[in-house]
Amino acid sequence: MSFKPSPAQILPARLSEARWRPGLAAQPFHSEIFAPAIEASGAGLALALARDALAAAGEGEDARPVLWVQDRKAIRLGGRPFLHGLPPAWRHRLIHVAAATPEDALFALEEGLKCRDLACVIGEIAGNPRALDFTASRRLSLTAEKHGVRLWLVRLDAAPDLSSARMRWQARAAPSPRPRWNPSAPGSATWHAELFRARGHVPGEWMLNDDHSALRLCPDPAAQPASPPHPRHLVRPTVGRSLAARARA
Amino acid sequence: MLLADARALCPDLVTAPADPAGDLAALEKLALWAQRWGPWSAMDPPDGVLVDVTGAAHLLGGEAALLEDVVAACAARSLAVRAALAPTAGAAWALAHYGPPAAILAPGDDPLRLLGDLPVAALRLDDDVLTVLRRLGIKRLGQLAGVTGAGGDDPQAEAAARDALHRRFRNRRSPAANPLLRLDQLLGRVPEPLLPVTLRPMPMVQRRLMEPLRHRDLLDRVVGDLALDMVRALEARGEGARRLELALWRVDGEVLLRRIELAAATREAEHMLRLFARRLDDVEAGFGIEMVQLRASWSEPLGLSQADLDAAAESHGTALAACIDRLSVRLGAQAVTRPVLRASHVPERAQGWQPPLEPVPAMQGALRAHARPLKLLDRAEPIAVLYASPDGVPQRFRWRGTVREVVRVEGPERIAPEWWRERSTARLRDYYRIEDEGGRRYWIYRQGIAGDGRGGVPDWFLQGLFA
Repeated sequence: MSFKPSPAQILPARLSEARWRPGLAAQPFHSEIFAPAIEASGAGLALALARDALAAAGEGEDARPVLWVQDRKAIRLGGRPFLHGLPPAWRHRLIHVAAATPEDALFALEEGLKCRDLACVIGEIAGNPRALDFTASRRLSLTAEKHGVRLWLVRLDAAPDLSSARMRWQARAAPSPRPRWNPSAPGSATWHAELFRARGHVPGEWMLNDDHSALRLCPDPAAQPASPPHPRHLVRPTVGRSLAARARA
Repeated sequence: MLLADARALCPDLVTAPADPAGDLAALEKLALWAQRWGPWSAMDPPDGVLVDVTGAAHLLGGEAALLEDVVAACAARSLAVRAALAPTAGAAWALAHYGPPAAILAPGDDPLRLLGDLPVAALRLDDDVLTVLRRLGIKRLGQLAGVTGAGGDDPQAEAAARDALHRRFRNRRSPAANPLLRLDQLLGRVPEPLLPVTLRPMPMVQRRLMEPLRHRDLLDRVVGDLALDMVRALEARGEGARRLELALWRVDGEVLLRRIELAAATREAEHMLRLFARRLDDVEAGFGIEMVQLRASWSEPLGLSQADLDAAAESHGTALAACIDRLSVRLGAQAVTRPVLRASHVPERAQGWQPPLEPVPAMQGALRAHARPLKLLDRAEPIAVLYASPDGVPQRFRWRGTVREVVRVEGPERIAPEWWRERSTARLRDYYRIEDEGGRRYWIYRQGIAGDGRGGVPDWFLQGLFA
């Protein structure tokens, strides 16, 4: 009986770039994102990383479904995905699994990773359930690497315990850049993401911004200009004489 | 007498070992060959063949000509044969074994008049029954018929006469042990089912080639196609091949034959191909091979076996439908869903859930101008507004036990209740997108406005979480 080589073996042993950045082609197959449950930053970052990884792997246009697994506690704390708020390209691709217990959620995650027709799997499990121990995460890692389906597991309100995830993130919401036309409104999604364990990358912290088009790094919010420069010819300060007075002059 | 004794008496004795199974097989082949005279035939072990020639005798020029043809055809194959033709199998058997050569019993004849002189052994009875009948003094068919009263005019007398013999053989159920039953079968009063032999053609597939093959790789491809065809043919019969014969017709009329035998019945094209590949090395194609034929001259029953689903899933992954089946079997059908648009502008009703593989109903696209949260709480949670700015926007509120400062606000976006669906007292909602001091973005709304006459001071709710 011959097995196809595991995608983990196909990947180069050492990831080429030491410092992580968005758009890297060689992304691991099992990532964990720790996020507080009172905000949607975990799911948002997972979606953004998934889209980034799929686009970098050249699978940006594929229409394969995405499996989103939540356990009951995660649904109660963080709600369900809302179709109108998803990225437009993903609205028709989502398959949602509402698992009653963490065990069922882990089962659904593993079955999803075994399915060749799924683009990726996103999981949300609240807390540190007993079922999600190192063995369970190792199972998920091996299954994901064997079948080549990527998993982003969002851990809501969880302590970073033992896990075999290849990349582990700590995410929280961050003040968003001010929108161009309404500076007093909330801007596009921004997170403070800390990569505290990764294979092949040095740990680091980033401010990540996703405006439904691409995931990008945003520089230090303090150094960022409050708003992009306005077109100068539309507005100009009316010091001294008014425009009408100038026209008359 | 032992063979050694017989040899001592007659040193020139020619002996041949008995082969009952071979005799039976030869008889079966003979019965199949005898179907040239009638549509179906049955074996009559150990040495007879019954052929149903009903309605077929005229094809050979009548019944007498048919019997002549039988005798001639068997003589041509050096088979000694006694043929007879009668309306029933029993009568034909009796005539063939004990009657005159090439006897014919026409349907209009009285069977008892023609067969009455035959011995009772013509009834295909067991030896002990024959002994009983001989002791009773019944030696000829006519005597038996006379005792039973068959052929008589008086049915009551016949029944009374039969009764004696019937009681004598009352617990003999087998036809071969019951002379009454055999007599009725001979006279055609009781049907006699026979087991016909049928020919099972061997699985055979062939390819006639438009261009003669002269190269090995093309031949391999043709043989591969044939192996696949053979697998299908065998599968339809529920058999596996034990012996395979590959015949290659060359342009010059030469036929090359390659034969492989397999240890166990198989139905794997790959396996067959690998075995044949070694036997095709010495094929002389000459001017080319124009026809290739593969036949399984020996096949054995081989049950259809379940393909190993788990093993296939191990190496190739499962299909989406299989994955969803597994999930919904364990978690319940309502746990695996996909979100679909619904015709409503109220956020919690604008999204419905349906089984994942069902077609999505056509729906007008969502309004793109509106920003919507990534996640929506199942039930909007009330928040306590501690301080609101003069235009009514909360500046500080408490949700899930923590107090948050609102830094940035966009709104309101007014969403009116669906009056065609809700009660008239349903209040409108003013939605605000807010961001607190930590950068957390929420979707809150105020239910109603002060003084709308549908309740007291409007409440605030938090419904969605932005990414």
